Amino acid sequence: MTETDQKAEPAYKSRLFVPKASSRPGSPPDFSTLNIPAAGAAPKPDINCNALDIQDLAYSLIRVLDDKGCAVGPWQPEIQTDELLKGLRHMVHVRAYDDRMFRMQRQGKLSFYMKCTGEEAIAVAQAMALESGDMLFPSYRQQGLLFVRERSLVDMMCHCISNARDNLKGRQMPVFYSWKEGNFFSISGNLATQYSQAVGWAMASAYKGESHIASAWVGDGSTAEADFHHALLFAATYQAPVILNVVNNQWAISTPQSFASAGTTFAARGIGFNIPSLRVDGNDFLAVYAVTKWAAERARLGYGPTFIEQFTYRTEGHSTSDNPDAYRAAGEGKAWPLGDPIERLKQHLISLGVWSEEQHTALAEELAASVTKDWKEAISYGSLDEGPHWPIPTMFEDVFKEMPDHLRKQRQQMGI
Amino acid sequence: MAKMTMVQAINSALDCTMAKDPNVFVMGQDVGYFGGVFRCTEGLYKKYGAHRAIDAPIAEGGIVAAAIGMGVNGLRPVVEMQFADYIYPAIDQIISELARLRHRSGGEYWAPVTVRAPCGGGIRGGQTHSQSPEGIFTHVCGLKTIMPATPYDAKGLLISAIEDDDPVIFFEPKRIYNGPFYGHGSVDQKSWNAHPAGEVPEGHYTIPIGKASIWQEGSDVTVLTYGTMVHVAEAAIKASGINAELIDLRSLLPLDTETITASVAKTGRCVIIHEATRTSGFGAELVAEVQEACFWHLKAPIERVTGWDTPYPHAFEWEYFPSQTRIIEALQRTLETN
Ligand SMILES: Cc1ncc(C[n+]2csc(CCOP(=O)(O)OP(=O)(O)O)c2C)c(N)n1
Repeated sequence: MTETDQKAEPAYKSRLFVPKASSRPGSPPDFSTLNIPAAGAAPKPDINCNALDIQDLAYSLIRVLDDKGCAVGPWQPEIQTDELLKGLRHMVHVRAYDDRMFRMQRQGKLSFYMKCTGEEAIAVAQAMALESGDMLFPSYRQQGLLFVRERSLVDMMCHCISNARDNLKGRQMPVFYSWKEGNFFSISGNLATQYSQAVGWAMASAYKGESHIASAWVGDGSTAEADFHHALLFAATYQAPVILNVVNNQWAISTPQSFASAGTTFAARGIGFNIPSLRVDGNDFLAVYAVTKWAAERARLGYGPTFIEQFTYRTEGHSTSDNPDAYRAAGEGKAWPLGDPIERLKQHLISLGVWSEEQHTALAEELAASVTKDWKEAISYGSLDEGPHWPIPTMFEDVFKEMPDHLRKQRQQMGI
Repeated sequence: MAKMTMVQAINSALDCTMAKDPNVFVMGQDVGYFGGVFRCTEGLYKKYGAHRAIDAPIAEGGIVAAAIGMGVNGLRPVVEMQFADYIYPAIDQIISELARLRHRSGGEYWAPVTVRAPCGGGIRGGQTHSQSPEGIFTHVCGLKTIMPATPYDAKGLLISAIEDDDPVIFFEPKRIYNGPFYGHGSVDQKSWNAHPAGEVPEGHYTIPIGKASIWQEGSDVTVLTYGTMVHVAEAAIKASGINAELIDLRSLLPLDTETITASVAKTGRCVIIHEATRTSGFGAELVAEVQEACFWHLKAPIERVTGWDTPYPHAFEWEYFPSQTRIIEALQRTLETN
């Protein structure tokens, strides 16, 4: 300890700029400053365009579904109605799963959970626009990818409760899924690390002359990490066949997107790296699907990376450890001007005459019941508190391919 | 005197130093408006404003680098890493820059940065919310590394750290943020309310960095530990009935070798306990110190009880943690040898 600087000095008249939030508790939600262009207004460029040709798309918002649920404009994707119905089903299923798991956490059956409410269209539409050989590098809010790739929900649940059937052997917190068979990369707790790894995976695909592409997701807050910038640089330098998505859901725990966006859009960041960059309405299933198809085709045909900002809103808390009412205006999620992705696709399908409110209600009920059934099956294989779990000594496995002597000794010290 | 949890004591330390010195400020993810995910910076935003309780982007490397620059320009930054596990993105700035600035510039520049980081397991945080990386930092030249075990110590040591002109890595064992912990999930979490170390003065006081505390005196074996494990060790010693001297190191670097060696010279036996993994952990350094200074006094091999050399597992926390049972066995083993 020293005595320097210990005398109290008059407080500074600080001129430091600190960004503000869109809202705080006690004030009404206010999205009036958002600039939301009409659906159908954004042009659809050629896939061999370069970044500067389409820089406007990094500042506007690609939208297909208008307020009445009609699909309009050049970005309308070629997609069959039964595919759209499938997409709707997946989204409703994800929401039912999230609700169930959240409640189970509240009842102490799992240690933690994270919902993606309001963001379902992103993972579901993107997974449907990709091919099964494409590699996914998700963050923790893209459970929809697993649904589209038909991961068994029972297996997902078994992971979340670390029971004897958890494919991660009780080692990971809930939601940090991994599923090699489905080309779904192991989720890390350390934010943004997967982003530049995805680029590396895509570089390998190009190196081997293959046509598989990689897709990565990162949150708006996580774009502040150095790994985010490494990803853009490597993707641009090696023209890697990769889709780099920023899921801008407006909040990173209590911190608004203004602490990472630097007063511009996230998509704008791609332009400096000369990567074609687009901003899309993340609550518009058709727009997300169309943009992803476009980006995937570019990557597959060798035109390099695409950078996409998925513009959306995190309706629920950050996780089960979070109380959003402590840092943002109550009801902000409801005031989100781009609506709810499930409602919007539902409305579209009803307007096409292929869906109805009654069918929708029946679907939600069917999937809630099926999730309940899955949960019952999952806990029949063991629960977090009571087990059975993987045998404890398995914690010493997989640290290395072969167990070295020091670990073998430690395992023996455990008495096993 | 007030009763405080460790979280409140840390908050009070920040408040006291900010009130006293306008150069002190806090910065980190969610530390401003929200008051920190563990509530350590609660109320500072309201009291001192957004430019002294500064929310930061999720960029640990950026946070530490900015703190270095601000520190060089006369301020006293206290930065929070949301979890000690997320200190790694900042490691180049800490190791290559913060730690060495004074030395490499011939003493011309330095940055009095305090890096606070909640560490340790026992909260079902899995492998990236449970680590104890202190050994990485004690290996670096130019950093002071601290880990308190009580609210009283946390406040006094944190004030010392902030007022220190050297960079300090201040680890906060989050398992004992709200009360002591005796080693197993099934044991109710006790509150600091009922514990003498929960008595914390409201005002400014300091505890010198580099001084261990003798938690309890004893004659048969010296137990060296710090952080959460002080409480687990205390409970284990009690359960074993062994007359052990328990030393809470508090400061790992600089290390109070005098207190340690005087104790081992007296007891002739030594058990070292930490939650961090074993190999190249801080315990290895302690073993070396003790055997160099006390070789002729030792009546038994020095024992280490540590976390296993595996990433921290979600489902097997209590098996991973040095348990009371493992500690008691180690104590008994050292006493068997003459
Ligand atoms: C390297 C690192 N720093 C901090 C954290 C703690 N943390 C977990 S999630 C989170 C917020 C992430 O926000 P964002 O990237 O916007 O994603 P969202 O949760 O909104 O989907 C933070 C700070 C972490 N997991 N990893």
